[in-house]
Amino acid sequence: MSTYLARLAVHGLALCAAALVMAGAALAQTGPLRIEIDQGVIEPLPYAVPDFIPEDAAASEYASLIARVVAADLSGTGLFREVPASAHISKITGFDDPVRFADWKAVNAQALIAGAVTVKGRQLTVRFRSYDVFAENELGGGLQFSGSTDGWRRMAHKVADAVYSRITGEGGYFDSRVVFVSETGPKNDRRKRLAIMDYDGANVQYLTNSEAIVLAPRFSPTGDRVLYTSYETGFPQIHVLDVGKVQRRILSTDEGIMSFAPRFSPDGRTVVYSQSQGGNTDLFTMDIASGQRSRLTTAPSIETAPSFSPDGSQIVFESDRSGAPQLYVMPASGGAAQRISFGTGRYGTPVWSPRGDLIAFTKQNKGRFHIGVMRADGSEERLLTASFLDEGPTWSPNGRVIMFTRETQGASGRALLYSVDISGRNLKPVRTPDGASDPAWSPLQN
Amino acid sequence: MSGLNKALLVVAALGLAACGDTSWDDTRFNGTGAGVGAAGSASDPASPAYFQEAIGDRVLFAVDQSTLSPEAEAVLRGQAGWLLTNTDYNVTIQGHADEQGTREYNLALGARRANAAREFLISQGVAGDRIQVVSFGKERPLEICSAESCYAKNRRAVTVLASGLTG
Repeated sequence: MSTYLARLAVHGLALCAAALVMAGAALAQTGPLRIEIDQGVIEPLPYAVPDFIPEDAAASEYASLIARVVAADLSGTGLFREVPASAHISKITGFDDPVRFADWKAVNAQALIAGAVTVKGRQLTVRFRSYDVFAENELGGGLQFSGSTDGWRRMAHKVADAVYSRITGEGGYFDSRVVFVSETGPKNDRRKRLAIMDYDGANVQYLTNSEAIVLAPRFSPTGDRVLYTSYETGFPQIHVLDVGKVQRRILSTDEGIMSFAPRFSPDGRTVVYSQSQGGNTDLFTMDIASGQRSRLTTAPSIETAPSFSPDGSQIVFESDRSGAPQLYVMPASGGAAQRISFGTGRYGTPVWSPRGDLIAFTKQNKGRFHIGVMRADGSEERLLTASFLDEGPTWSPNGRVIMFTRETQGASGRALLYSVDISGRNLKPVRTPDGASDPAWSPLQN
Repeated sequence: MSGLNKALLVVAALGLAACGDTSWDDTRFNGTGAGVGAAGSASDPASPAYFQEAIGDRVLFAVDQSTLSPEAEAVLRGQAGWLLTNTDYNVTIQGHADEQGTREYNLALGARRANAAREFLISQGVAGDRIQVVSFGKERPLEICSAESCYAKNRRAVTVLASGLTG
C-alpha cells in the first residue's frame, strides 16, 4: 500500500491517495480491456460511470458531481463514450456489493466505474473501482483519494486519470492546469491578463491585472512557477511568478533591452530566452539562482521560441537564418544547429513533447496556419489543424494532446483555446470565461 | 502612475475628442512612460503635433521586411531634421507587425523594424542615446481588418517623442 501527500498552495489542498486494501478486492491486474491509442482509435470505448454513492449526508452534494467530472474527462478524450444513466439497468447501491455484470453487458458498457464519497468536516474522500464488464473482473485495484472539499474536482480528475491509465496504458493528464493569457476588449484595445485554470477550464484564477501586456507563459517542470513576458516596465521583459503565492519578480533587468520567449530547462534552474539588441534577436540562457548568462547564438538573423528537449541536452528553436522562419536543433550549450524543417511554408514556436519523441510547431503556409508535429529529426511531419490563425502549441503531460491558440479573422477576431489529439482527431474548444491565448500545460499534479 | 495610465486619464478627460476613433493612439505606448502625445499646434514647427502630423511620425514596411522604402527614408530624414533642431526631445521607436505571423517571431520582427528606423536617424546625425526602441510585435494593431489594406498600416515603426528633460 502506498500513500503520498502533496501540498497544493493554490487550493490549500492536501491530497492523499491510497490503494484500497480490502477483503475480496482483486489484485491489480490489467485485463483484456485495452485501448491501444496508437492503433488509431475510431470507435470510442463505451463505459458507464453511475453517480458515486454518498456515504453520508454531506457527501450527497459531491457524489454526482464527481461522477460527472470523471465522465467529462474520459469522454472528452474522444477515446471513450459514456453509456448514459438513462440506459442503465442496474444501480450501484453499495460500494462493496457484487456487480451485476449481466446488466452492464446488456447496455454494452465495456468498462464500469463505481465510486463512493464520504465527507468528514472539510475532508472529502473518494473511493472507486473500475471493472472490465465483459471479462467480469476488476480492472486494477481500488484506489482512494482524500483532500479538502474545495478540491473535489481534483479528486474526480485523479479517478479519471487512473481509469484512463488502466485502459490505455498511458499516463493520464486530467489532474493538470493550464496557464494562459486571458483577453478582453476589441482587437485594437485588447487587454491581457495572466490566468491559470484546471485543464478543463474550471477554477480560473487571474494572476496579473490588465495594465501591461503579458505574453506566452510557461510552467516550471514542477508547476510551481511560471515564466512569462510582460511590458510592465514599458519594454518586454522576462518575469517569473510563484504560482502558490502569486508573487512575481522581473528576471531580466537590463533597462531598455527587450527580452522575451522564456522557457525553463527540465531541471527548472535555467531559463532559455530571446534578447533583442540592435534589431538582432538571439538566444541566451540565464541561471536563475546566480543570474549568470550565456549567449547561445550569434547569427544576425532572428532566433527565438526555444524549447528544451526533456533530457535537457538539446534546444529546438525558430530562426530565419535561411531567409524564412524554420526549425533548428542545437546542443543546449549552443553551437552548431541543424535545420529540421524542410516543408514548404514558415515554421515557428517548436515545443518538445514531454515524451521526447515529437516536436509540435506552428506552420504558416498559403495564408493558413496549422498546428503540426514532427519527429525530433524533422521526419514524419503531420499537420493536425488548419485555420486562419492557429499558433502556440503546448503538450498535455502525457504527450497525447496539444492545446493551442485559435484566432478568428476580421475586425471582430477573437482568440480562444482549442485542443486536439496528436492523431488529429478530437479537435475542440477549451472553455474560458473570455478570449484566451498562449496556453501552457502544467505537468501532472502530485 | 505609469505613463499609460496618465495617457488614459488624459483621453478620458478630453472626453469626446476621440469619439468614433477607437484605434490605438500609439503615443500611449511610449516605452519610457514619458510620452508627450500630440501636444501643441501642428502649425508650430517646434511642437510634437507638428512632428506627428506635418513631418509624419511613422514609416511602413513590406510583408516580413524591415528594409526602409524611399518614402520611409524621406519621412525619417524629416524626423531627423526636427530632432536635430528640437534637442529637448528624446524618442522611442515602436516597431509593429501585422497579425500574419507567430507572436514571438513578430516581436523580433518589430524589433528589426524599429532598429532600421533608429539606424537611419543615427545616420542623419541624431545621437544614438536619444533613441530607444521597443517592439510590440502584433500586439497593438491600429487597423483591425484581416486584409492587406489593414496589414499595410500595421507594419509600422512609430517614432514617439518623449521629453528629454526627464531622462
